[in-house]
Order: sequence, then structure tokens, then C-alpha cells
Amino acid sequence: MTLAAIIDAAPTPAVAAATAIAARTRQLAIAGIYRAGSGHPGGAMSCADILAALYACELNIPGGNADDPRRDRFVLSKGHAAPALYAVWAAMGYVADDVPLALRKMNTTSQGHPHVLDLPLSETSTGSLGQGFSAALGMAMGLRLQAIPARVYTLLGDGECQEGEVWEAAMSAAHHKVSNLCALVDYNKLQSDDRNANIMGLEPFATKWRAFGWHAVELDGHDIPSLLAALAEAAAHAAGPTVLICHTIKGKGVSYMENNFAWHGNVPQGELLEKAKAELGGRV
Amino acid sequence: MKLDKLRATRQGYGDGLAELMREKSDVIALDADLAMATGSSAVKKEFPDRFVDVGIAEQNLVGMAVGLSLTGYVPYASTFAVFMAGRAGEIIRNAAAYSKANVKFVGSHSGITPVGDGGTHQCIEDFGSMRAIPNMTILSPCDYNQAKVLVKKAYDIKGPVYIRTSREGVPEITDENQDITIGKAQILKDGEDICIISTGFPVSLVLEALEELEKDNINAAVLNIHTIKPLDKETILEYADKCKKVLVVEEHNVLGGLSEAVAAVLVGKDGISFDRIGIEDRFGQSGSKAEVLNEYGLTSENIAKRARNLLAK
Repeated sequence: MTLAAIIDAAPTPAVAAATAIAARTRQLAIAGIYRAGSGHPGGAMSCADILAALYACELNIPGGNADDPRRDRFVLSKGHAAPALYAVWAAMGYVADDVPLALRKMNTTSQGHPHVLDLPLSETSTGSLGQGFSAALGMAMGLRLQAIPARVYTLLGDGECQEGEVWEAAMSAAHHKVSNLCALVDYNKLQSDDRNANIMGLEPFATKWRAFGWHAVELDGHDIPSLLAALAEAAAHAAGPTVLICHTIKGKGVSYMENNFAWHGNVPQGELLEKAKAELGGRV
Repeated sequence: MKLDKLRATRQGYGDGLAELMREKSDVIALDADLAMATGSSAVKKEFPDRFVDVGIAEQNLVGMAVGLSLTGYVPYASTFAVFMAGRAGEIIRNAAAYSKANVKFVGSHSGITPVGDGGTHQCIEDFGSMRAIPNMTILSPCDYNQAKVLVKKAYDIKGPVYIRTSREGVPEITDENQDITIGKAQILKDGEDICIISTGFPVSLVLEALEELEKDNINAAVLNIHTIKPLDKETILEYADKCKKVLVVEEHNVLGGLSEAVAAVLVGKDGISFDRIGIEDRFGQSGSKAEVLNEYGLTSENIAKRARNLLAK
């Protein structure tokens, strides 16, 4: 390999930072779910790289302060991935490791699904699917009306896109040309009971978003450079809202969870826990 | 009562909202293609930048209102009660009440008085569903003036509020400059023989019934419960104790409505007779106003009759 090729292949500081945040996010998310004895590992693993790219490189939230009116907002509309959300905050240093590790524990702030009164960085309480997307749209409109240049990002699950409210919000965002809104879909092709295609098919998915008036970009949701490029494209698209359809693998990072819907809401124990720890780099 | 001035609480909502928006630059109105009916059209022209029509999409109506509130706005979102409390009810629960979002939800065309529309549109369960949600305040004005006042008072509550309005005009009962307090019953008439408790549209029927009762020298007290939640238990108990006879009149299912809430306050109190007029757990239906009100017992004659029966016990 030539020196130029080696330099080109080396990760940029941004990519390296997001990659490290993603690794820590996965560790803390699995640890939190294990300690809780319940939770949603599959969908937390599939969105870890998306969350890491957003928080490490895209969102402008100075000091992780949810009181700053000029901050960018991130809404986890697929609220069941809370283990990953709490984990990415901890990886960023916005909250202590106790927050992801106290997942679902009594008398803590770490509700099974994000509660904004407990954890203000949640921006709004989510977990009932479709609702975070509508709230994110309202936030984006509110910021635009006040001429605050902040942007709003929201992550939806693929199964979540079977909710009618998602398409109500999608129609409204395009109608009002809300270009400071970027939706991302964690398209891991699996939902609670089975594959999307067997429960309620979403395809042609990008076509649907485009028909609703959105700028739609499809990408590999585990490839950090692709995520950063797509986020830049979304920010540059001023004509209306952008959706990033992130093709992902449910359970990504833990081999036996990958592409297996049985790990939508299951907890690794014993040998499987040890295997997960080893694959995720030990520090679980 | 000024009988020549029939105006609906939904009109009071629109006019009150317009006045509020002139005073408060952070108020924003949302509707779901029913602005002409809910009254919110009163602000559409004057404040085009602070009026959002989300189209016929009530879930997104509530969700967007929550999002707007999180950027500092005080949203007033309106549609028919059946679509607000019913269709979007779970969004009100999870996106708004659970987070104490500062959003005002207005359900118009409540009860059975949208008589033409029939059972699909006659919302008889909104108090029940909204009452059972923690953090909610529920307001229920009895006339145009009171609706205007409550719309403005709702602004001062930093949290979710449900305001129930009606389609039908009612006589002017309360003053334009009335001094009422959220959470405190309004004593429309003092009395000691029987306490009649009501809210919203039927309050005017109760006042009509008083004329009948006075002929029999029955001195009834009338409490207008403009705040369904938090309920003014203290005043209800005071009047129950004084009158010993309590009749509740409501345009709502007796399950989950005001009568059930009052009955719960009276549990364990000795020597008090209780009766209620409301929708006896069945759906509404189309008809003329007189036919429908008569079918469901919401007439001044029936109120007077039931009051006399209660006194005869």
C-alpha cells in the first residue's frame, strides 16, 4: 500500500471519535440491559452508530446542556432504544455511567423509555411509537418561527413507520417545508414479532418518503463516513425535510443477536453475556 | 339569565383566544381542519404566523403542539372533543400529560348537543378519559363569557389543560368580568333545600328548572363546576351537608363523568340523598335538539321533576 493510500484509508478525527463513542455506547447499553433484566438489545445495537455519529459529530449541544434554547435537538422517537440513548450520553460525558447502568431501576431517572422530566436531554417523552416524530416536527417549527438556527433530528424505527401518526407528521413537515428537521430511520428490517416484510411491509420505503415530499437518502447505517456525509447533505438541503434511511443490522456488534428478531426484547445471560462482552471489547 | 343572547362556548373559545393572542406573543393556535366549527378561525386571519392547520390529522395535531410547547410556545390545539380526547387521547396522555407539557387542548362539540351529527360525533366520555390522566386540568365553561375567561386563565396554568366546549348556544349566565378561580366551584345561586350541581351546557337548563322549583317554594342551591379537575370537594361537601339532597346534571356518560366524581366525594357521608341526570351509558343519536335533549332527560322539566322526587324521599 502506498503512503497516500494509507493516509486516505486512515479515519479522520471525526470518524475516529464517532467510532469510539459507538463502541462505548454498545458496551454501556448491553450492560444496562443485563443489569435491568429486561430491555431491547436488538434495536439498541442497530442504532448505536447512528447515535454516535449524531452526538459525536453533528449535534451542537454545548456542554450537553438541555436548557440552552439554541441547542440542536435529538428526539429518540423509537424510545425503546433508551438503553443506547442513555449510553451515548454517558459516552459523551453528558451524564454519569450510572444513568445507562441504572436502566429500569426503581427511584432512578432511567425509565425504561425516556421521560423528559427525569432526563431533560430526552427533549420529550417517547416510547409510544410515532409521537416523538410529531413532537420533533413541532420543535423544528417552533425554532424556525423564532428564527433560531438550530436543527432537530429524530430517529424512528422501521416498525414504527407502520404508525399512522408518522405519515401525518411526514405530510405536515413536507407541506410546511420544515428543512431544519431531519428524520433518520433505523432500518434493520426486523420488528418485535418477525421481519417487517412478514408483518407489514414497508417497501418501496424511500419511494414512499419521496412521494410524501421528503428528500430521502439511503445509506449504510453502520458506516460512520456515510452517516456523516448524509447528515451534511441533510443540513444542506434547504427546500424541505430530509430523511436518512439507514440500512442497519438488528443486534449489530453481538454476533448471535445479529439479524435475529428474538433479540428485540431479550436479555443475554451466562455464556451469551460473556460472548457479548468479549465481542464488544470487554469493558462491559 | 339573558335569554336574548344565545352564544356557544366554542365562540367564547375563539374570541377569548383572539384576545389572549393580542396580549401574549407566545400563544400559538392549532386546528385540524375544523377551525370554523371549533371557533379557532377567530384567530386565523389576524395571526397567520401563529395559526397552524395540521389538516385532518389529530395525532399529529397533539404531537406538534407538544413540540411547539418545548420551544417556548403556549399552544392551544382544538378539534371536536371526540377526536381530541378520543382519537388523540393516548398522545395527550403520553406526549403531553406524562411530560407536563404546557399545551391547552380544546374539545368542542362535546356531549349530545351536536344533535344533527349523531353518535359518532357526540362525545360523552371525554371527562372520563381526561380525568383518569395524571397532571391534567379539566375546564368546562357554562357559557360564552365563562369560556372567554377560562381560555385566558388556562394560560396561567403551566401544564396540560383540557377545555370542553359545546356547539349549541346558551343564554348569558355569567358576567364578562366574572371573578372565578380554577378549582373553585362557582355558586350561581345559594339555597338550602337541594344542591344542584352541573357543568357546561346543562347549567342553563338547571337555571330554567329553578323557576319551576320556586313555584313549589323549593330553594335550591346551584353549583357550576367549571373545573372538573381538580374538583372543588370542599364546596361540594359544604353544600351537601347544608342541603342533604344532591342532584348532579351532566351532558356526559354517568360513568366517568361529573356525577361519578361528586358521588366519590360523598362516599361515607351520612344522611345525604343523591341522584343524577346524565347519559346512562349509551351512545347519542341524531334528531332535533328538543328530541335529543328530551330522550336523554336533559330538560328543565325533567331536572325539576327529579329534584322534587329527591326531596320527597
